[in-house]
Amino acid sequence: MSRMPRQGCTWVVQTRQSEGPIDASSEKGGATTVEQPTIEKDTRAEENLDLPWLVIVHNDPVNLMSYVTMVFQRVFGYPREKAERHMLEVHHKGRSILWSGMRERAELYVQQLHGYLLLATLEKAI
Amino acid sequence: MEIRRCHDKIEISELDPFLAELLRQIPASADPKGASAAEQRLFSPPSNGTETELCAEWKLYVEPELRRLFQTATQTVAADLEQLNGSEKTFANRTLRIPWKHADAWLSALNQARLVIAAKYNFSDAELSDHFRSPIGSRRDLSLFQVNFYGFLQECILREVDDWKPGRPD
Repeated sequence: MSRMPRQGCTWVVQTRQSEGPIDASSEKGGATTVEQPTIEKDTRAEENLDLPWLVIVHNDPVNLMSYVTMVFQRVFGYPREKAERHMLEVHHKGRSILWSGMRERAELYVQQLHGYLLLATLEKAI
Repeated sequence: MEIRRCHDKIEISELDPFLAELLRQIPASADPKGASAAEQRLFSPPSNGTETELCAEWKLYVEPELRRLFQTATQTVAADLEQLNGSEKTFANRTLRIPWKHADAWLSALNQARLVIAAKYNFSDAELSDHFRSPIGSRRDLSLFQVNFYGFLQECILREVDDWKPGRPD
């Protein structure tokens, strides 16, 4: 299965009022409140980001295994070993995710796969 | 029947009249007209039904392109098959030479024909795996033999495509 790398967690630096004011009276002789920077992990859910589209090939008992492997090599530029792995996944599991990413490119891949008479669909990643 | 690469052609020699006739039937067999199951298989939707807008656009813009693509392939194959319509004796073995640059058209037309025949007859997985069934019997048996024979040819062409390197001596 080929998936786009997951969006990595980003770290954001925020400033916020610290829970307890820092007493700086020893320096100036008066009490002041100092803002203390804290680092928080961005916890935005992945669902909020632009979800990738999946290019899925479904099993078809008529298409030859060697033909399907050749098509995967041609359309996705995969080396033979990777193309064969996907072909076998389609054969044994009924489907394989060949690619994921932007919708326009996924549509183009599905169109190419249909041009080679493979059963291919486009689905939004969940 | 013998298949080999000869310069810039794939040569299928020792074709007996029966196999030559099956080859002549490739373009007609690849036509899904009148068989809704075959039509649905060749022009399957691009999504599992959830993307209705995408499916509608696909039918409007992509499907006509696919029809043209498939038709061009079968027309190329039909033109190559005219070699089999020579004036030799009816029962003599024939030789068919497929230009190298037509290999993709042949792969496509053979695949179209196999998918259309299989959809028309709704062959089971077990039937499709039965490579030794005699073509003599029913029309269904003959069609299954046709699917397997076209598959064998596809394999041979794929092997030649795979082995072929520009400028490689025969």
